[in-house]
Amino acid sequence: MSFDRIREKLSILADAAKYDVSCASSGGKRSNPNKGLGNNTGMGICHSYTEDGRCVSLLKILLTNHCIYDCAYCVTRKSNDIKRAAFKIQEVVDLTINFYRRNYIEGLFLSSGIFKNADFTMERLVAVAKKLRLEENFNGYIHLKSIPGASDELMRQAGLYADRLSVNIEIPTVSGLKLLAPDKKHEDFIKPMEKVKNEIIRYTSEKKIIKSTPRYAPAGQSTQMIIGATGESDRDIMYSATYYYKKFNMRRVYYSGYVPVLSDNRLPSLGTEVPMLRENRLYQTDWLLRFYGFSVNEILNDSHKNLDLDIDPKLSWALRNPHLFPIDINKADKRTIARVPGIGMQSVYKILNARKFRNLDWTHLKAIGISLNRAQYFITCNSKDFYKKDISPIHLKNKILKTSNSKYKKYFSNQLSLFS
Amino acid sequence: MNPQTVLLYDGSFDGFLCCVFMVYDLKISYPNIKKESQKDNQLFSTTELVITEKHKAQRVWKGFKLKTSSNQQRELFKAFLSEIKGVENTLLSYMQTIFTKETNRNIDFSNKDILKISQVGRMVGREKHRMEAFVRFQLTTDNLYVATVEPDFNVLPLIISHFKDRYADQKWLIYDVKRNYGIYYDLKTVEVIVIENFTKVSSGIYAENEKDFQKLWSAYYHNVNIKSRKNIKLHKQHLPKRYWKYLIEKIQL
Repeated sequence: MSFDRIREKLSILADAAKYDVSCASSGGKRSNPNKGLGNNTGMGICHSYTEDGRCVSLLKILLTNHCIYDCAYCVTRKSNDIKRAAFKIQEVVDLTINFYRRNYIEGLFLSSGIFKNADFTMERLVAVAKKLRLEENFNGYIHLKSIPGASDELMRQAGLYADRLSVNIEIPTVSGLKLLAPDKKHEDFIKPMEKVKNEIIRYTSEKKIIKSTPRYAPAGQSTQMIIGATGESDRDIMYSATYYYKKFNMRRVYYSGYVPVLSDNRLPSLGTEVPMLRENRLYQTDWLLRFYGFSVNEILNDSHKNLDLDIDPKLSWALRNPHLFPIDINKADKRTIARVPGIGMQSVYKILNARKFRNLDWTHLKAIGISLNRAQYFITCNSKDFYKKDISPIHLKNKILKTSNSKYKKYFSNQLSLFS
Repeated sequence: MNPQTVLLYDGSFDGFLCCVFMVYDLKISYPNIKKESQKDNQLFSTTELVITEKHKAQRVWKGFKLKTSSNQQRELFKAFLSEIKGVENTLLSYMQTIFTKETNRNIDFSNKDILKISQVGRMVGREKHRMEAFVRFQLTTDNLYVATVEPDFNVLPLIISHFKDRYADQKWLIYDVKRNYGIYYDLKTVEVIVIENFTKVSSGIYAENEKDFQKLWSAYYHNVNIKSRKNIKLHKQHLPKRYWKYLIEKIQL
């Protein structure tokens, strides 16, 4: 093959695929029983990091950036004047194998612009995965994009070869979608999700009876939403994320701060800064919902529609609920400790273990590694010395902000002076 | 003043276990375990040279296994591989605590040795994971995939099974130039090997297409970067500079 031509195509098609944030390579356990190539231990590996600090785990490319759609938020939209390219099936297979053998990647994440129609495109994505699995004996990670509108039969096949399938909902609200992607229907996104969810349930239940049943998309499905393109609130975003987690058993919902790539009067203008801090707060909320036992309406509701940017969502919640604190670190149950700002799940585990041996005091807690600058105002321990709730939550917030050293501090120094 | 007894061992894990054995055998009250290579003559101490004997090491390890979970055993081994100066004494004091106490499935994270070992174990675990990520194989003319590494801790023993399972159908060699030994897989088993002048031997023997694939990878890497999200601090946090020298994508080709 001509390496120069391949390199040109790779540059174009990697560039177009990079706005898809999903990079997970975990969750799809796959062993390497017959001494083929690759395995997946269930733990993902980030093989490199780009200068934007994002991880590179998979060879993330589009099969082609030709597209029949004209979605306003997308670089590869029909009306955008950019270089177009397309890979042959074999070229993608060769790249994947050669990168994998050199330990550059965990596997392949293949997406595509829609050429001709949904089925025609999906068929080619499936063909790549099939070739990797059957001809190359490849057991690494494969993530395929489900093309909205693809037939059920193709979706079924896709799940048999891929570890994960995903459809990006992109715009969190139906009205936003109508505005920015007029040719796409909300139902088109939902249908493949529904199909994948049902197939996963069906295959897992059949596997219980017949052990040789193949696994269907063992790493489940995920989706992605663009943040800050249509003026939606954090509440809108997190409520729809919760909906997708519950309704379609999503493994992950990704939040992608909108990067202005096109000028269009329906979108934020070209110089607009990427809302990275907001994105970070949304991920923190996502974690609180999935691992810390919070429900979405505790963090976001009608009276609190957007997350605070200057403090993390757990601290913000705790400041709004002072009546629940302080809690006794030596007596409280796991769920309650997990709700204390500044204590993560690792520390919760250590505290629960350590307190079986002795009553813990501030020195122990500090050594264990909890973030005392926040936690100290919400807990008591084996010490007479503890926070007596002598100032109001708003003053407490300022006090914490003054002692904390957030990398985002520079954004807030002005606002702080208003209160103090 | 109580004189210290310095125990010198060969640096192997078995050797360390033999030191533990000796502490119990000779009822040494103030032991100080050191590698032979770190030997220094101290005025008020006696020095014992510990000879590594497999059966003694096994006895200690068996006793330790009876009282601990497999997780704790792994942590201890990882902490040992950290090669941090004086880690042997922390490990010894930890093992003594374990031997004197009833078995308890809870871990006392308020004990400073235990906490320290869990923290060091975590550091080594992180380095192991980094090696699984940052190894970059280069294909040689005789179909061997070679990688050079310089890990902070001695983690090659921990990554053998990962690479063996993953690259079962290709011959590979991962060489630690800092500690001057490597692990080599010949399609059947993994062996530890030492190569004289490794850096000299390994240059200029690469397969014909090797450079082309490196260029492709580098092109890919630079094209997935989103410039408007530039965050060098985070980049360096995840990908510390000391690893760059062996990362194809960070080298100007």
